Amino acid sequence: MEILKYTEEHEKYREKLRVFFEKEVTPYADKWEEDHAVPKEVWRKVGQAGLLCPLVPEEYGGIGGDFSHVVVYMEEFAKTKQSGLMLTLHNDIVVPYILAYGTEEVKKKYLPKCVSGECITAVAMTEPAVGSDLSGMETTAVEDGDEIIINGNKTFISNGHVSDLVIVAARNSEIDDPYSGISLYLVEDGTPGFERGEKFDKLGMRSQDTAELFFNNCRIPKENMLGTKGGGFIMLMEKLQQERLCAAIGGVVGSEAIIKELIEFCQKTIVDGKPLSKSQAIRFELVEMATEVKLGRTFMETLIYDHIDGQNVVVETSMLKSWGTDLLNDHVNRALEIMGDYATLEESVLVRGFRDSRITTIFAGTNEIMKQVAAQFMGI
Amino acid sequence: MDFGLTKSEKEMQKAAKAFAKGEFDKDMSLELDKKKEFPTKVWEKAGELGFIGMHFSEECSGQDLGLMESCIVIEEFCRKDSTLGSTLAFSSYGSESILKYGSDELKKKFLPEVAEGRMLSSCAFKENGKGYNFKSLSTTAVRDGDEWIINGEKTYVLNGGSAGFYTVLCQTDSDADITKGLSMFLVEADREGLVADDVGEKLGLRMIKTATIKLNNVRVPASNLIGNEGSGYKQIQEFFDINRIIIAAQAVGMAQGAFDRALDYVKQREQFGKKIAQFQITGHKIANLSTTITQIRLLTYNAAWNYDQGKNDSKLTAMAKLASTKAAVDVAAEAIQLFGGYGFMTEYEVERYYRDSKVIEIFEGNRGVQRDAIGKDVIGKIKK
Repeated sequence: MEILKYTEEHEKYREKLRVFFEKEVTPYADKWEEDHAVPKEVWRKVGQAGLLCPLVPEEYGGIGGDFSHVVVYMEEFAKTKQSGLMLTLHNDIVVPYILAYGTEEVKKKYLPKCVSGECITAVAMTEPAVGSDLSGMETTAVEDGDEIIINGNKTFISNGHVSDLVIVAARNSEIDDPYSGISLYLVEDGTPGFERGEKFDKLGMRSQDTAELFFNNCRIPKENMLGTKGGGFIMLMEKLQQERLCAAIGGVVGSEAIIKELIEFCQKTIVDGKPLSKSQAIRFELVEMATEVKLGRTFMETLIYDHIDGQNVVVETSMLKSWGTDLLNDHVNRALEIMGDYATLEESVLVRGFRDSRITTIFAGTNEIMKQVAAQFMGI
Repeated sequence: MDFGLTKSEKEMQKAAKAFAKGEFDKDMSLELDKKKEFPTKVWEKAGELGFIGMHFSEECSGQDLGLMESCIVIEEFCRKDSTLGSTLAFSSYGSESILKYGSDELKKKFLPEVAEGRMLSSCAFKENGKGYNFKSLSTTAVRDGDEWIINGEKTYVLNGGSAGFYTVLCQTDSDADITKGLSMFLVEADREGLVADDVGEKLGLRMIKTATIKLNNVRVPASNLIGNEGSGYKQIQEFFDINRIIIAAQAVGMAQGAFDRALDYVKQREQFGKKIAQFQITGHKIANLSTTITQIRLLTYNAAWNYDQGKNDSKLTAMAKLASTKAAVDVAAEAIQLFGGYGFMTEYEVERYYRDSKVIEIFEGNRGVQRDAIGKDVIGKIKK
């Protein structure tokens, strides 16, 4: 039974993505990984192909897609065997802030460029001492006439180098309540006082330019505040829902990609005269993994259906973000182990999956936070 | 039954701790891992101070100590630094065959070099498309007068390309039963016809080279045969017995090292107005990790102790390898989780523990191989 119904338009979009990714992304995955960077031109290319920001309405240059487009997007993206070109972050996590909270002027100014790839975005919440708990935020925003002055450091920012526009969370230090003082600001590349640190060396997502951002008396026009003053925390919490849903989907579709790869590997790898897939223990493990993936798929589709239907899915999103990303890590760990010695080489495709997936149980709210949120909203 | 360490074991532990503290520099290690370079200076110094080949006899520049002492040293090294620790542990990789079966001539010529940190050793046994039961190897050695001519290809050879010699498992009689048809040879790295093809970038243990060793009409003198002709199978089984314990000891050290770092971190990091360590769930995670580490340490020590008593038990060895390496990966993964975003960053080291432990989990027989061995041993012969 299909829970999610795709229209012909969705299927066409899927086909367009598949063809584009196969030609312009997958073949370069190894090179980007080696270079520890994805060239900016690639973003432009995706934009020129009309494949950025499916959720942006036509009036701002987009296709006015729905969340099913996002799902289709993530499914096709999971096949590219890389995660450095972090399209979902831009498309479905950052740009929606502008879409939801930007003034008409801001939307007209930035959205068409976000769609065309001329303006790549990032969001900066995390600070060296501020992870799960945003109340300790130290980056400040002070009004000065028609301008706002931002000071502080942000860290672990994805698209840290490639971004042309960064949404920065900062607080008004005059307000005591740690939550109601937070607002969101749009800071453009090249603004004086805005500097970027070195890219971090990290376990995975090596082609992703995770970096620190520094704001030192960085002045931006007042119009660059996003949404209402002091509404930053609420906006972040609201938009984190979609980010977590995307992370949850990433976990499930990532696991699907792994079991597919693994079954193929076990069928074609002959050890002592027979394929690995004919070993009883391996067959059983493959079936167990495939079963878990199917369970994940069913939960995921129900969740997406309800999300599109406008229902409150905070509990289920938190559950699947946690369960799905744990599943992904468990499966890639098992996959490497089943593959044996070959899986210790970087040339084996799942090694990258092993390294990249470790962050998924941490980002978009750690899985511990997910359980905290779920428990709270379940009323237990 | 005494669970305490002996005086000699305690002394070695103390010495290893002091060595690791003095010589293992974090920045150096991060740099070497990044550049995939061998830690030559640390290795040479470890050799000078007697930390390599401790179980070799004194004539071979060893200390005549047991495997237990070796394990304790390896554990301390891997605890302080997963990659440096493994690199040192594997610097005498494959030497055991020579120690136990080699002629006096081979022993004198090669083992002191290894123990003193002047030469790396290696063992080449695995072949493409072959599992770990070594039925009909395609690498052959054929007698030709006073020499043997070796042909074949060995895969995933650790220290391949940097070792001074390889102990190579060859088929010497294709008609014979597996327990008689294999023989072990020492092949010097500079023999004509031996080529080491580097496998390229690896997931972990990046300071150690791994290569495919190609042997094309490589001639070695008859004196390079280790032990008797036909004793190769016995030797490889014994090699696994000792080496799987050495790997288990690495895993115990890696698990402990990842745990140490996470424990420090949760006691410092504050979120939501308190230290992360003060959340109940963190306490439980720490409890689980300590329990796991204690379990695998006991199992590994038990296997090493047994070996030193001369009552080797292959299934216990396989159990130690199976449980310890799996646990090391799990502990490192949880350590990364406890570190949050920082755990994903190279600088905080736990990511390297995760990668390195994953390699030793797979290396030299993954879980399936170990379970095959344990199951077979425990079930025994079935009456018809």
